[in-house]
Amino acid sequence: MKRDGSLYLKLFLYTFVLSAFTFGGGYVIVPLMRKRFVEDLHWIDEQEMLDLISVSQSSPGPIAVNASLMIGYHMGGIPGALITAFGTVLPPLLIISVISFFYQQFRDNAYVSAVMRGMQAGVAAVICNVVLDMGNMVLKGKSLLSAFLMLSVFIAVYFFKVNVIWVILICALIGLLSGTIRSRRALHKGRTESGGAEKP
Amino acid sequence: MIYLQLFWSMFQIGLFSIGGGYVALPLIHHQIVELHGWLTVTEFADIITIAEMTPGPIAINAATFVGIRVAGIPGALVSTLACVLPSCIIVLLLAKIYYKYRNLNAMQYILSGLRPAVVAMIASAGLGIMLLAFFAGGTISLSVGSVNLVALAIFVTGLFVLRKWKLNPLYVMGGAGMIGLAAYVLWGV
Repeated sequence: MKRDGSLYLKLFLYTFVLSAFTFGGGYVIVPLMRKRFVEDLHWIDEQEMLDLISVSQSSPGPIAVNASLMIGYHMGGIPGALITAFGTVLPPLLIISVISFFYQQFRDNAYVSAVMRGMQAGVAAVICNVVLDMGNMVLKGKSLLSAFLMLSVFIAVYFFKVNVIWVILICALIGLLSGTIRSRRALHKGRTESGGAEKP
Repeated sequence: MIYLQLFWSMFQIGLFSIGGGYVALPLIHHQIVELHGWLTVTEFADIITIAEMTPGPIAINAATFVGIRVAGIPGALVSTLACVLPSCIIVLLLAKIYYKYRNLNAMQYILSGLRPAVVAMIASAGLGIMLLAFFAGGTISLSVGSVNLVALAIFVTGLFVLRKWKLNPLYVMGGAGMIGLAAYVLWGV
């Protein structure tokens, strides 16, 4: 895609709208981004989306900001990344600036909390949906190790509150080791099958 | 120099809050309540509540709020900028590495270990939100009366339309908020 004003404007508008709807914690940005950038625009594919979240999760700072930076960089280089970061930060900046002047009334307003309670259930549905889709994608590779990692990380994070940094380091290491062993084995097998014949 | 103090505090919050969201809370608390006394404990509790009710990352919400309290709109701008600056630098570096080397075998192996982990972490966060929406206080109780039926109905309907018609999640969230409001106005729940 051409890196012109219209791309930068789109990057800004899309991230601005997505950020304005990230109620209920950073992960909500994942289903929203996936719908916009994977399904509607086809700017990135499903795997890249997961990689993007992996990188965002491994870096300091809010996931929503980090994931926006990744998309922005991918589509429009460093200027693109700065624009998407700006688009993501602007909604909370504006909203909190306004609310800070009457935050007690806002916090105690029954109508506001009714909307929030409803939205919370909606957010739960949206996240559940994206987990089903992404989980299916990971399991489609028919790797026993992936299924095992998914289950054990869930138990570690949900029940034992293991720090995300450890999860990332350990899973990266397991992936690296198992991949290296598998490729060694494939190489070895290929050599024995060909009977050690020299390459032509 | 209040702006410099704000900048340095928020920069540290942005730099050390790895793992997102609630991991950052103790760090924010230390910087703005204990170290500088910019907010009282009550105000800090308020800002967490407000961060939950408004969109956007909790660290940014807190940074903006503290900035405005301490030094008005310029303070908010300085705080928010400082809070995202570490992200910008580090993520851009990682993005460069990712897009340069992602076709390398080693990178592919690492990512294949991270992908299932990321799905599991999203699932864990999702389950937390689900329980919070269905049960008051987020703790499971076995009596049927304690389940928020409106929330349950919203969840089931939302998931159905998402799976069946691949509806935009933004509409689902907007609709869910409207139903929550309607339920309160009509039946007071």
